[in-house]
Amino acid sequence: MAIEVRIPTILRTYTDGAKQVEGSGSTLAELFTDLEQRHGGLRERLVDNGGGLRRFVNVYLNDEDVRFLSGLDTPVKDGDTVTVLPAVAGGAF
Amino acid sequence: MLTISRSLYDKIVAHARADHPDEACGVIAGPAGSDRPERFIAMMNAERSPTFYRFDSAEQFHLWREMDDNDEEPVVIYHSHTATEAYPSRPDISYASEPQAHYVLVSTREEDTTEFRSYRITDGVVTEEPVSVVE
Repeated sequence: MAIEVRIPTILRTYTDGAKQVEGSGSTLAELFTDLEQRHGGLRERLVDNGGGLRRFVNVYLNDEDVRFLSGLDTPVKDGDTVTVLPAVAGGAF
Repeated sequence: MLTISRSLYDKIVAHARADHPDEACGVIAGPAGSDRPERFIAMMNAERSPTFYRFDSAEQFHLWREMDDNDEEPVVIYHSHTATEAYPSRPDISYASEPQAHYVLVSTREEDTTEFRSYRITDGVVTEEPVSVVE
Protein backbone atom coordinates (compact mmCIF):
# COMPACT_ATOMS: atom_id res chain seq x y z
CA MET A 1 0.00 0.00 0.00
CA ALA A 2 1.42 3.42 -0.83
CA ILE A 3 0.16 6.86 -0.08
CA GLU A 4 2.24 9.67 -1.53
CA VAL A 5 2.99 12.49 0.92
CA ARG A 6 4.30 15.80 -0.42
CA ILE A 7 6.59 17.56 2.02
CA PRO A 8 7.12 21.36 2.07
CA THR A 9 10.65 22.82 1.96
CA ILE A 10 10.76 23.63 5.63
CA LEU A 11 10.05 20.02 6.70
CA ARG A 12 12.51 18.36 4.33
CA THR A 13 15.12 18.25 7.10
CA TYR A 14 13.10 15.28 8.41
CA THR A 15 13.11 13.47 5.07
CA ASP A 16 16.79 13.87 4.08
CA GLY A 17 15.74 16.53 1.60
CA ALA A 18 13.06 14.46 -0.14
CA LYS A 19 10.07 16.46 -1.38
CA GLN A 20 7.92 13.34 -1.48
CA VAL A 21 7.80 10.27 0.74
CA GLU A 22 5.50 7.25 0.97
CA GLY A 23 3.53 5.86 3.85
CA SER A 24 0.61 3.69 4.80
CA GLY A 25 -2.37 3.77 7.10
CA SER A 26 -6.13 3.85 6.93
CA THR A 27 -6.48 7.37 8.36
CA LEU A 28 -4.28 10.46 8.32
CA ALA A 29 -3.47 9.89 12.01
CA GLU A 30 -2.18 6.40 11.21
CA LEU A 31 -0.29 7.68 8.18
CA PHE A 32 1.55 10.30 10.26
CA THR A 33 2.40 7.70 12.91
CA ASP A 34 3.74 5.48 10.12
CA LEU A 35 5.87 8.31 8.67
CA GLU A 36 7.32 8.98 12.12
CA GLN A 37 8.95 5.50 12.06
CA ARG A 38 11.21 6.52 9.17
CA HIS A 39 11.24 10.30 9.64
CA GLY A 40 11.61 10.94 13.35
CA GLY A 41 10.37 14.34 14.50
CA LEU A 42 8.07 14.90 11.53
CA ARG A 43 4.85 13.95 13.30
CA GLU A 44 5.36 16.53 16.06
CA ARG A 45 5.45 19.26 13.41
CA LEU A 46 2.02 18.19 12.19
CA VAL A 47 0.15 16.99 15.30
CA ASP A 48 -0.11 18.83 18.62
CA ASN A 49 0.00 17.43 22.17
CA GLY A 50 -3.75 16.96 22.17
CA GLY A 51 -3.51 14.76 19.08
CA GLY A 52 -5.08 17.36 16.78
CA LEU A 53 -3.78 18.85 13.56
CA ARG A 54 -1.53 21.84 14.29
CA ARG A 55 -3.23 25.15 13.72
CA PHE A 56 -0.97 26.72 11.14
CA VAL A 57 -0.30 23.59 9.11
CA ASN A 58 -2.55 22.87 6.13
CA VAL A 59 -2.99 19.23 5.13
CA TYR A 60 -4.78 18.28 1.94
CA LEU A 61 -6.09 14.91 0.85
CA ASN A 62 -5.79 15.03 -2.92
CA ASP A 63 -6.98 18.62 -3.36
CA GLU A 64 -9.19 19.12 -0.32
CA ASP A 65 -8.19 20.72 2.97
CA VAL A 66 -8.77 17.96 5.54
CA ARG A 67 -10.26 20.49 7.97
CA PHE A 68 -13.32 20.27 5.71
CA LEU A 69 -13.22 16.47 5.82
CA SER A 70 -12.58 14.67 9.11
CA GLY A 71 -9.27 16.18 10.17
CA LEU A 72 -6.83 13.54 11.31
CA ASP A 73 -9.59 10.91 11.22
CA THR A 74 -9.96 11.39 7.47
CA PRO A 75 -9.69 7.98 5.80
CA VAL A 76 -6.87 7.55 3.29
CA LYS A 77 -6.25 4.79 0.78
CA ASP A 78 -3.70 3.46 -1.68
CA GLY A 79 -3.11 5.92 -4.50
CA ASP A 80 -4.10 9.03 -2.50
CA THR A 81 -1.81 12.03 -2.34
CA VAL A 82 -1.48 13.94 0.92
CA THR A 83 0.08 17.42 0.68
CA VAL A 84 1.41 19.36 3.66
CA LEU A 85 1.81 23.14 3.42
CA PRO A 86 2.65 25.45 6.31
CA ALA A 87 0.01 28.19 6.44
CA VAL A 88 1.19 31.58 5.23
CA ALA A 89 0.07 33.95 7.95
CA GLY A 90 1.11 36.75 10.23
CA GLY A 91 -0.11 39.94 11.78
CA ALA A 92 0.60 43.29 13.24
CA PHE A 93 1.33 42.26 16.82
CA MET B 1 19.07 42.45 -1.54
CA LEU B 2 15.67 42.40 -3.16
CA THR B 3 15.71 43.47 -6.82
CA ILE B 4 12.23 44.20 -8.08
CA SER B 5 10.74 46.03 -11.07
CA ARG B 6 8.92 49.33 -10.58
CA SER B 7 5.80 47.73 -12.00
CA LEU B 8 5.75 44.93 -9.39
CA TYR B 9 6.64 47.35 -6.59
CA ASP B 10 3.67 49.53 -7.62
CA LYS B 11 1.33 46.51 -7.72
CA ILE B 12 2.20 45.58 -4.13
CA VAL B 13 1.66 49.16 -2.92
CA ALA B 14 -1.61 49.48 -4.86
CA HIS B 15 -2.92 46.24 -3.36
CA ALA B 16 -2.02 47.36 0.17
CA ARG B 17 -3.74 50.73 -0.37
CA ALA B 18 -6.83 49.11 -1.89
CA ASP B 19 -7.32 46.74 1.06
CA HIS B 20 -6.50 49.26 3.80
CA PRO B 21 -7.49 49.10 6.65
CA ASP B 22 -7.41 45.30 6.28
CA GLU B 23 -4.01 43.69 5.82
CA ALA B 24 -3.28 42.79 2.19
CA CYS B 25 -1.15 39.80 1.25
CA GLY B 26 0.25 38.00 -1.77
CA VAL B 27 3.10 36.36 -3.62
CA ILE B 28 5.45 37.18 -6.46
CA ALA B 29 6.54 33.94 -8.10
CA GLY B 30 9.68 33.47 -10.15
CA PRO B 31 11.64 30.61 -11.73
CA ALA B 32 12.87 28.19 -9.05
CA GLY B 33 16.36 29.09 -7.87
CA SER B 34 16.51 32.33 -9.91
CA ASP B 35 15.73 34.82 -7.12
CA ARG B 36 13.87 36.85 -9.80
CA PRO B 37 10.39 38.05 -8.84
CA GLU B 38 8.30 37.95 -12.02
CA ARG B 39 4.67 36.95 -11.60
CA PHE B 40 2.41 38.89 -9.24
CA ILE B 41 -0.39 37.06 -7.47
CA ALA B 42 -2.58 38.99 -5.02
CA MET B 43 -4.01 36.57 -2.45
CA MET B 44 -7.20 36.83 -0.46
CA ASN B 45 -6.69 37.56 3.25
CA ALA B 46 -8.93 34.83 4.70
CA GLU B 47 -8.88 36.63 8.07
CA ARG B 48 -10.04 39.94 6.55
CA SER B 49 -8.55 41.70 9.52
CA PRO B 50 -6.69 44.94 10.17
CA THR B 51 -4.24 43.07 12.39
CA PHE B 52 -3.90 39.56 10.96
CA TYR B 53 -3.58 37.84 7.61
CA ARG B 54 -3.71 34.29 6.42
CA PHE B 55 -3.78 32.89 2.90
CA ASP B 56 -6.99 31.01 2.16
CA SER B 57 -5.96 27.35 2.34
CA ALA B 58 -7.54 26.27 -0.96
CA GLU B 59 -6.11 29.28 -2.83
CA GLN B 60 -2.69 28.55 -1.34
CA PHE B 61 -2.92 24.90 -2.37
CA HIS B 62 -3.75 25.77 -5.97
CA LEU B 63 -1.01 28.39 -6.21
CA TRP B 64 1.66 26.15 -4.69
CA ARG B 65 0.65 23.31 -7.02
CA GLU B 66 0.73 25.68 -10.01
CA MET B 67 4.18 27.00 -9.05
CA ASP B 68 5.43 23.44 -8.70
CA ASP B 69 4.08 22.53 -12.16
CA ASN B 70 5.70 25.67 -13.63
CA ASP B 71 9.01 25.07 -11.86
CA GLU B 72 8.49 28.33 -9.97
CA GLU B 73 8.81 29.21 -6.32
CA PRO B 74 7.54 32.07 -4.13
CA VAL B 75 10.33 34.69 -4.46
CA VAL B 76 8.45 37.40 -2.58
CA ILE B 77 5.78 36.93 0.07
CA TYR B 78 4.30 40.30 0.94
CA HIS B 79 1.77 41.65 3.39
CA SER B 80 0.82 45.01 4.80
CA HIS B 81 0.58 46.47 8.29
CA THR B 82 -2.11 49.10 8.45
CA ALA B 83 -1.34 50.89 11.72
CA THR B 84 2.14 49.75 12.67
CA GLU B 85 5.58 49.91 11.10
CA ALA B 86 6.71 47.81 8.16
CA TYR B 87 8.70 45.44 10.35
CA PRO B 88 8.00 41.73 10.96
CA SER B 89 5.98 41.07 14.12
CA ARG B 90 6.33 37.99 16.34
CA PRO B 91 3.69 36.01 14.40
CA ASP B 92 5.23 37.14 11.09
CA ILE B 93 8.48 35.60 12.26
CA SER B 94 6.98 32.41 13.72
CA TYR B 95 4.95 31.62 10.62
CA ALA B 96 7.66 32.39 8.04
CA SER B 97 8.16 29.05 6.39
CA GLU B 98 9.70 29.69 2.95
CA PRO B 99 13.42 30.06 3.64
CA GLN B 100 14.28 31.28 0.15
CA ALA B 101 11.61 34.02 0.05
CA HIS B 102 12.02 37.76 0.49
CA TYR B 103 9.43 38.83 3.05
CA VAL B 104 8.18 42.25 1.99
CA LEU B 105 6.36 44.39 4.49
CA VAL B 106 4.43 47.46 3.50
CA SER B 107 2.89 49.92 5.94
CA THR B 108 -0.17 51.98 5.03
CA ARG B 109 -0.37 53.72 8.41
CA GLU B 110 0.31 57.12 6.78
CA GLU B 111 -2.02 58.41 4.11
CA ASP B 112 0.54 60.14 1.95
CA THR B 113 3.50 57.77 2.14
CA THR B 114 3.90 53.99 2.03
CA GLU B 115 6.75 52.24 3.80
CA PHE B 116 8.17 49.32 1.77
CA ARG B 117 10.86 47.14 3.36
CA SER B 118 12.19 43.65 2.73
CA TYR B 119 13.55 40.95 5.01
CA ARG B 120 14.95 37.45 5.10
CA ILE B 121 13.47 35.34 7.87
CA THR B 122 15.16 31.99 8.56
CA ASP B 123 15.11 29.93 11.75
CA GLY B 124 13.39 32.76 13.60
CA VAL B 125 16.05 35.32 12.67
CA VAL B 126 15.08 38.51 10.81
CA THR B 127 17.60 40.25 8.59
CA GLU B 128 16.58 43.42 6.79
CA GLU B 129 17.90 43.80 3.26
CA PRO B 130 18.09 46.70 0.80
CA VAL B 131 15.46 47.02 -1.92
CA SER B 132 16.53 47.93 -5.43
CA VAL B 133 13.67 49.11 -7.65
CA VAL B 134 14.45 48.74 -11.34
CA GLU B 135 12.67 51.02 -13.81
